[in-house]
Amino acid sequence: MNPRTSMMQGNIAVAEGAIAAGCRFFAGYPITPSTEIAEHLARSLPLLGGRFMQMEDEIAAMGAVIGASLGGMKSMTATSGPGFSLKQENIGYASITETPVVIVNVMRGGPSTGIPTLPSQGDVMQARWGTHGDHPIIVLTPAGVREAFDMTVQAFNFSERFRVPVILLLDEIIGHVHEKVTLPDPEDLVVIDRKKPTVPPEEYLPFEIDETMVPAMANFGEGYRYHVTGLVHDQTGFPTMDEVKIEMMLNRLHGKLDKYADEIIQVEETGTEDAEIGIICYGSSARSARQAMRELRDEGIPVGMLRIKTMWPFPTDRIRAFADRVSHLVVPELNLGQIAHEVEHASCDRAEVVRVNRITGDPIHPEEIVQKIKECR
Amino acid sequence: MSFRYEIRLSGAGGQGLILIGKIIAEAAAIYEDKNATQSQSYGPEARGGASRSEVIISDSDIDYPKATNIDLLLAMTQEAADKYSNEIKPGGTIVMDSGFVHEAPEGDFKSHGFPITNIAEEQIGKKIVANLVALGIITELSGIISDDAVINAIRARVPKGTEEMNINAFRAGQNLIRSS
Amino acid sequence: MDYQKYLRNENFPHIWCSGCGAGIALKAILRAIDDLGIEQDDVAMVSGIGCSSRTTGYVDFNTIHTTHGRPLTFATGLKMARPDMTVLVVTGDGDATAIGGNHLIHAARRNIDMTVILYNNNIYGMTGGQASPTTPLGDIGTTAPFGAVENTFDISGLVIAAGAAYVARCTAFHAKLLDDLIRKGIEKKGFSLIEVMAPCPTAYGKLNKKGSGAKMILDQKDAAVRIAKAEKMTAEELEEKIVIGVLVDRDIPEYIQSCDAAVAQAMNARNGSA
Repeated sequence: MNPRTSMMQGNIAVAEGAIAAGCRFFAGYPITPSTEIAEHLARSLPLLGGRFMQMEDEIAAMGAVIGASLGGMKSMTATSGPGFSLKQENIGYASITETPVVIVNVMRGGPSTGIPTLPSQGDVMQARWGTHGDHPIIVLTPAGVREAFDMTVQAFNFSERFRVPVILLLDEIIGHVHEKVTLPDPEDLVVIDRKKPTVPPEEYLPFEIDETMVPAMANFGEGYRYHVTGLVHDQTGFPTMDEVKIEMMLNRLHGKLDKYADEIIQVEETGTEDAEIGIICYGSSARSARQAMRELRDEGIPVGMLRIKTMWPFPTDRIRAFADRVSHLVVPELNLGQIAHEVEHASCDRAEVVRVNRITGDPIHPEEIVQKIKECR
Repeated sequence: MSFRYEIRLSGAGGQGLILIGKIIAEAAAIYEDKNATQSQSYGPEARGGASRSEVIISDSDIDYPKATNIDLLLAMTQEAADKYSNEIKPGGTIVMDSGFVHEAPEGDFKSHGFPITNIAEEQIGKKIVANLVALGIITELSGIISDDAVINAIRARVPKGTEEMNINAFRAGQNLIRSS
Repeated sequence: MDYQKYLRNENFPHIWCSGCGAGIALKAILRAIDDLGIEQDDVAMVSGIGCSSRTTGYVDFNTIHTTHGRPLTFATGLKMARPDMTVLVVTGDGDATAIGGNHLIHAARRNIDMTVILYNNNIYGMTGGQASPTTPLGDIGTTAPFGAVENTFDISGLVIAAGAAYVARCTAFHAKLLDDLIRKGIEKKGFSLIEVMAPCPTAYGKLNKKGSGAKMILDQKDAAVRIAKAEKMTAEELEEKIVIGVLVDRDIPEYIQSCDAAVAQAMNARNGSA
């Protein structure tokens, strides 16, 4: 028996992934269905030299992880819908100040207090546009327990490498299901840390514009005294009202994700080569879709599936290429069609977009997808 | 076709159904070389109310992790029996605690009623091990996991010092089927 | 002392109006740091939004100008990551007690080691004079055109009740006393708050016909009563007065030390049983 094999819950895999990625600070607030992440890290982090804090509210938790990250600790918070709404203000702050942080949202039924214990995928648009103003963000959506581990590591790697807040978007099913997983040997993991300045402090530009598009980041207390502000700032970090400097800074902020889009955007394609009908899916709905696809293929119906792993930036080009090859794109989601809308935009009428939606707290039954696809023929 | 077996354990909070769900899943996935998923539906409160745990066992990857076509339903309350019996697949199995389920549901499935909780109290001396008695019945009726795997999983999961009591309860459940 | 050493001169002139108390408080903070001989690299200053919070842009420390009301949350995370650093928070009455009120009482309750210098000018100055939780009853704000009808917060009293280790109050007039109070606050292991009564002649003063900044500062001088004297006065005698000095100084467990002690105990228990 491999000691790294166990029946593990998705939320625990997130917590373990965070530890493996080097996260040593967690601040959060109890909220179903994400609480197991906080509970697991409350037990684990202090014994690893890290720190855990239960804050007075979700806003405070988001502020604390940004503060800790500026102090040099890889930091994470975890929440669900109502708490995710509260965190948005400081997610914007992390975005404009380019502070690496990971935010986990285990989605539950909404709006408002909604259906606290049942699954939903209703926050996919909030994950993109929840905080005000145009801002760069990376959002990853795992569809299984092992992937929840891997994507948490990747979330930290992306956030450190590109200096951007990364949101890990699970739904309650992926957060709570126990699956058989064999975790990788820590020595086999790729763990990326933020780029440190190589110049002396007097030459350090904390928000320098160079060809990498990602400035080197000094931690507080390491001799590089600099200013961090949520106001639009220039390369020195101080606020500016100069239109040229504003434009240069915001162009870099957005451009850095465009520059590395090929590395950031990930999808999983299955059976797309010979497919006549396509499925676009993510998270737990992808599990329903995969089972539906198996059944349909067994019946000789050539169905292919593109699973979104990086939700934002959106894999528009990959979906458009798939739309070129199929008659229909079926989009199952636990919401009223938030991503279907985006798929329609990507598809540009190349394929007809067909929605399969559910917002009652039940998962999408594979048979619903099977029926919908049969209706497309 | 690959093999897929679906178990739903249903009853009331506090009956230990989540625990035996975990034991079944670990027996299959860790102590045998199968695949398993285990999930539970949570109510808003941590205690009381209806409780439901599901285990899917397969020899290949499990896509949809929830039950679609139940092979075996354990119903530890009348409410659970009434609510879920129509999701049992044709020819499937229902196991009921006849101390709580007085009106057995009818349908195209094999029906097994035992006074599970009473047996736990009379034979083991503790009502709280009724879940382990049920586990013995399920293991015997389903025939998909070996005794050794289940006993290993029990030893790993139950509190230290209670292993023998729990294994005795498990054996008591098995014997109900073997002797019937 | 050399103030220039601690200032980011390229960011001057500052935005504060003449007669504002913010500049006086800033110099007092710098004198306290200089007096204590703390290296600039080891100081972090965190602020929120408002006139007071612009302080972080002018000082040559590790500085964070955060979101409105939230500086204590950022400071808490930073202190957890770098317990060795001296963490200062500069905030105002609106920032800390209206939008950030929850963070203020919980940071005080936790008694986490940091020093808050709160400029209380009884108004939202930067946005032009809206009423704050410390605008006195009957006084005018642009959002209280008929006079404020809400009771005010006694900020120091609130923070004492919430559990801070050290709380002091001062006015912008008593600049030398302020050095002393801030220095003691920094030296104190635990949550310290120094409430600085800082006049806002431009917004609060103008709306309420309080005269020039200089006059407002002199009025504060007249209203000020040292704590030792105040303890012998009746509640009636203390009406309209500003009690200044160290209001609370107590030795109580500090949050991070308590965390570390709890973890060390758990690890010892584990190692002992293994």
